Amino acid sequence: MMTPSTHIAPSPAAVAVAGRRGAEGVAGAGRARATRRARWAGLNAFGLVIALLTLFPLFWMISTAFKPSPEIYSLTPSLVPAHPTLGNFSAVVSGQVSGIGSVWLFFRNSLAVTLATVLVASLVSLLASVAVARYRFRLRASFLVMLLIVQMIPAQALIIALFLDFERLNLLQNLLGLIIVYAAQALPVSIWMLRNFVATIPKELEEAAAIDGATGFRIFWRILFPLVAPGLVATSIFAFITAYNEFIVALTFLGQAHSDYTLPIYVTYFFGRGGAQWGPIMAASTMYTVPVIIFFLFVRRRLVGGLTAGAVKG
Amino acid sequence: MAGMIEQPHAILRARLPGRVRGGPGPSQRRLGAFVRRHKLAPYLLLTPALIGIALVLLWPLVQVIIFSFQNYSLMQITGAAPTQWIGLANFTSTFRDSEFWLSLRNTVMLAVVVVPATLIVGTVVGLLLNRLGKKMAAFVSTAALMAWATPPISAAVLFYWLVNPDGGVVDWALSKLPHWLVGSNNWAQYNWTTTGAFQAYAVIAVLVVWQAFPFIAVSVLAGLKTIPGELVEAARVDGASSWRVFWRITYPLLKPIFLVLLLLSVIWDFNIFGQSYIITGFPGNQNEYNLSLYLYDKAFASLPPSYGLGGAIALIFALILLVITVGYVRTSVRQGALT
Repeated sequence: MMTPSTHIAPSPAAVAVAGRRGAEGVAGAGRARATRRARWAGLNAFGLVIALLTLFPLFWMISTAFKPSPEIYSLTPSLVPAHPTLGNFSAVVSGQVSGIGSVWLFFRNSLAVTLATVLVASLVSLLASVAVARYRFRLRASFLVMLLIVQMIPAQALIIALFLDFERLNLLQNLLGLIIVYAAQALPVSIWMLRNFVATIPKELEEAAAIDGATGFRIFWRILFPLVAPGLVATSIFAFITAYNEFIVALTFLGQAHSDYTLPIYVTYFFGRGGAQWGPIMAASTMYTVPVIIFFLFVRRRLVGGLTAGAVKG
Repeated sequence: MAGMIEQPHAILRARLPGRVRGGPGPSQRRLGAFVRRHKLAPYLLLTPALIGIALVLLWPLVQVIIFSFQNYSLMQITGAAPTQWIGLANFTSTFRDSEFWLSLRNTVMLAVVVVPATLIVGTVVGLLLNRLGKKMAAFVSTAALMAWATPPISAAVLFYWLVNPDGGVVDWALSKLPHWLVGSNNWAQYNWTTTGAFQAYAVIAVLVVWQAFPFIAVSVLAGLKTIPGELVEAARVDGASSWRVFWRITYPLLKPIFLVLLLLSVIWDFNIFGQSYIITGFPGNQNEYNLSLYLYDKAFASLPPSYGLGGAIALIFALILLVITVGYVRTSVRQGALT
C-alpha cells in the first residue's frame, strides 16, 4: 500500500497529488477486497439460481402430487399445496384411476427385472472382464473394439428383430424376456468398466492360490470376487439405471400384458389414458422417481468415480 | 528372476485363507490340464458374454439388415405369402417419403441445438462447482444429481405437465410476464406439444439439457481436478482473465474429455425415443416425429406393419450413428483405451 509522504513535499500541488494517490491506494485495497467479496457473492448467487432452477421441476412434481384437484387446476397455481392431501397417492395405490392395478404391482415388476438384470450382468461381465484383463489371446483387441461399437447400436435399430425373435421364443409379455435383453445390453459397458478394476489386482495373489492347488473357480470366488467388489458396485449401478429406466423394449414386448408392466410403461399408459388426471399421474411419477433419487444420493461417491472411469477414460 | 517371483508367492501363500488350499478332484484336475494346455481359459470366461451379445445384439442386427432387403410383414410371418427379396425398394420408398426427411430434420435440428447447449451449460456448471465453497458446491451438485437420476419417462411426463395448457405452471408464468418480453401470444392457453414440431422440440430440448448437463458438469469437474492449481494461479498472477485462462489452459488440457463428451452427446441426442414419444403424444402428430419415432411407427404402429421398411429405416439410422461411433472409437483408441 502506498503511504502519503506529506512531510517532505514542500509545494501544495505535490501534496495534493501525493494525497490523492495515497487515498487511491487505500481505496484500491478496499476495492480489491470488495470485488473479491462481490465475485464470491456473485458465484454463490449463480450457484443458487442454477440449483433452484434444476430442482424446480422435481419440486413441482411432488407439490402437484400432494395437491387436491381444485388446487392443481387453479388459475393461480400455488407453490406449496395449501391443503395437502394423500388422496392422489391412495388413488394410485388402490389402482382405481389407472384401471390396471396398484402401483405396488408395477413397482415389484420393475424391482424384480432390475435386480435380476444387475445380478446376471455383473456375473457375466466379471467373467469376461477377467478374460480381457488377465489374458493375452488372439482377437482380444477385436473383442474390445466390438464392445465399443455394439454399445452404440441403438435399441431402436434392433427392436424389430428382437420383437420377432422373442415372439417365436414365447418370451414376449413376460419379465424374463426383458431381463435377458437388459442384461445383454448392459454387458458391453460393464465389461469395459470392470476390466480396469480387474487389471489393478496384483496377479501374484491368483498365482499363489493356483500354486496352492486352488481351482479356477475357487480363485475366482475367494480372491478375485471380493477384490473387484468396488468395481462391481459401479457396474451394478450402471445395470440398475439401464433396467430401471428402459422404455422401448418394455413398451414393445409387454404390449397389452398390463400385469407385467414395469414402472415406465405403467406411467406411460396412465399418461396416455388422458382425462387429465395430473394429481394421480404426478403421484405415480413421484413413486417411480423418488426411490431412485434416494438410491443415487446414497451411492453418489461410487457413482461419480465409476461413471468417469467408464465414460471418460474408457 | 525366478527367486524374485518366488518370494512374494511364499508370503502370499502364508496369508491366504485356508479354504483356498482345498485340492480339486482327479477329473477336475484333468479338465484343468486340458484347459491350460490349449489356453482355453479366456475363451471359456468370454463364452457367456459372447452368447448374450451375439444373440441379443449382433444376430438381431444381421436380421434387420436382411429384412431391409425383403418385403417382410405379417403375411410372410404367417406363411400366407412368400418372403421375397426386393432389392433396394425399401430404401427408395423411404427416401421418397417426405415424412422421412421431416423426421431426419427434426432429429438433426434437435441435436444441433441440444449438443452445444448441454456442453456449454455442463461446462459452466463444472467450472462453477470447482470454484464454489464446499457447502454451496455440495448443494448445486446434489440438485444436478437429482435431475440426472430422474428416469427419462418420469421427466418427460413431468415436463408435459409443466407446459400443459390446462394448469401448466410454465404457461401461467409466461402469461404473467410483460408482452414486450415474451410476445403477445395467448400464453395461458398455449399448447406446446401439438402446435408444431418447433414448439414440441423446444420442450424436448429443455428437458434433455436438464437431464444431461449434470453428467457433463461432473465429467468436466473430474477433469478440472487433474489440472495443477499452480498453472492457473500463474496465469492469474500474470493478469489473465477467467475467459483467457479457460481457453488457453483449461480447454487445451481437457480437450480429450470434451471430445468424448461431444461424441457421446451426439449419439445420445440422436437416440432420443422415450422423451419424444411422451412429449409429442405418439402416435398423434406425424410432423413431430424424429427418426426413432418414424421407425417405430413404420414397423409397429402402421397397418399393416412393415418390418422390411422398418428394417431399412433402422439400417439408415444405424449407419448415421456408425459414422459418429467410428469417431468415438478412434478417439478412444488414440487415447489408449485398448492397453
